[in-house]
Amino acid sequence: MIVFNARSTWTIYKREVMRAMRTAMQSILAPVLTTTLYFVVFGAAIGSKMDSGMAGVNYGAFIVPGLLLLTLLSESTSNGSFGIYMPRFTGAIYELLSAPVGVAETLIGFVGAAATKSLILAAIILVTATFFVDYTIAHPFYALGFILLVSASFSLLGFILGIWADSFEKLGIVPVLFIIPLTFLGGTFYSIDLLPEPWRSVAMANPVVYLVNGLRWCFYGSSDFPIGLSLGMTLGFLALCVAIIAWIFRTGWRLRA
Amino acid sequence: MEPILEISGLTKTYAGGFTALLGVDLTINKGEIFALLGPNGAGKTTLIGAVCGQVRPTGGTMRAFGQDMSHGWRSLRARIGLVPQELATDMFETVLHSVNYSRGLFGLAPDPARIEEILRALSLWDKRKAQIRALSGGMKRRVLIAKALAHEPDLLFLDEPTAGVDVELRRDMWAQIAKLRDRGTTIILTTHYIEEAEEMADRVGIIQGGRIRMVEDTRSLMKRLGRTEAHISLATPLATVPEALADYHLTLGNGGQELLYRGGDGSGGGKAKVAQLTKDLVALGIDYTAIDIRESSLEDIFVDLLEGEAA
Repeated sequence: MIVFNARSTWTIYKREVMRAMRTAMQSILAPVLTTTLYFVVFGAAIGSKMDSGMAGVNYGAFIVPGLLLLTLLSESTSNGSFGIYMPRFTGAIYELLSAPVGVAETLIGFVGAAATKSLILAAIILVTATFFVDYTIAHPFYALGFILLVSASFSLLGFILGIWADSFEKLGIVPVLFIIPLTFLGGTFYSIDLLPEPWRSVAMANPVVYLVNGLRWCFYGSSDFPIGLSLGMTLGFLALCVAIIAWIFRTGWRLRA
Repeated sequence: MEPILEISGLTKTYAGGFTALLGVDLTINKGEIFALLGPNGAGKTTLIGAVCGQVRPTGGTMRAFGQDMSHGWRSLRARIGLVPQELATDMFETVLHSVNYSRGLFGLAPDPARIEEILRALSLWDKRKAQIRALSGGMKRRVLIAKALAHEPDLLFLDEPTAGVDVELRRDMWAQIAKLRDRGTTIILTTHYIEEAEEMADRVGIIQGGRIRMVEDTRSLMKRLGRTEAHISLATPLATVPEALADYHLTLGNGGQELLYRGGDGSGGGKAKVAQLTKDLVALGIDYTAIDIRESSLEDIFVDLLEGEAA
């Protein structure tokens, strides 16, 4: 009895990665260019005038983890949602639904591909950043693990959005109206400690704060909160997304009539 | 006959309350071509969707290849193929990538020789590097058939396979479908072209209002319900049908200028009756100027049955 179809998983994964390569200008070049502009404006131009830096780190270097997350979160969400939304939109989802694949193969295939694209983006952005700011990575293995975790979590979120959305407008709403604002307000460009009360307490309700904080710890070894809290929040979010997707597949919500 | 698919009491009520299937019972035999006929909204696509995993039935059981489909569904689904009604696929992919993807999705290792054979059989080999969006409608439909065949299914569903396809291509596809049957693939097709069912199907099933109204061998159905119809244009109008012709159950039409015969069966017995009728007309001195004779098609039978149900 087949319990997991590795070849099906690989097929889905490979096709999704190839689709991203087919649209490399949009899925890779565009976000890299946007992030580079942030490095030029905030890192090289404005950052060079901030002698005191931020939280003990040169300002240009300080914003690297936040900007990396800004791209990772929005791109992981977009990639994760687009991959499953398009076959739903065109009707090609019939093939996936009629194939001998379950939730595990589908998730690993689609979400794995979306996360892979995010990791490629992260690598390009980190290399690009070296041209504009001096930064170090204190805990490179933790950083890699954290980037992987965040990419997977938000690709899962994107997958849920791709199943929920019934129009391109809805597909674009969450990244634009939620992910990007929450990332900007989550300490991408500043330390949460700089915020006066009650805004600091309000900021603590923003889940992205913990992600930025976690990645910043991986880079510079210091952060506003314990790294365990950031890791716990991220893992909790991942578990929540997996639970929602398991429910979607069990009930067929928006997938099967 | 060995059953390959056994559907029992299958029901489907959609979230909005619409009941598309009302206790469908249907058995498909191994190696046959089965045509599922029915008007729009009869439940054909819902029935296919239930077997192929797009629709969640609300009741009933399905067994494929002798096993309950609610258990071990992966291995059963791996043996079932589907050509959908809509031209639904990633139009930016090339033909070859798309067909290879379908094979891999069903868990099979790449087999370039087999894929080439499928594409050549469907006259797609020369277009293998073309994006699907660049192909004609008929070619796109062939791509969907190639995708469904890529994992070499034992049971193949064809949902309106020749919709929107020109006559030449349609006949070409019929030949392809016949070849598949010859290889041992069991085929269930839905179609609006009744001649398609008449040409190819071993058995036909008529579904209406979510219920299977009738399942019968195509030839015996034609024989049982088929009729010969002859319109005889008379040289001189008649006021009444002569008593000597009473056994033919003729009717007069067109102001007494046309005699209409309806009778016989789908096996051609009616034609002999018409031949005898013409001799009797001559013997009675009734002259005629033309005879229009035709055998009823499966379409006539289908329409009669549906009208009968409606009445």
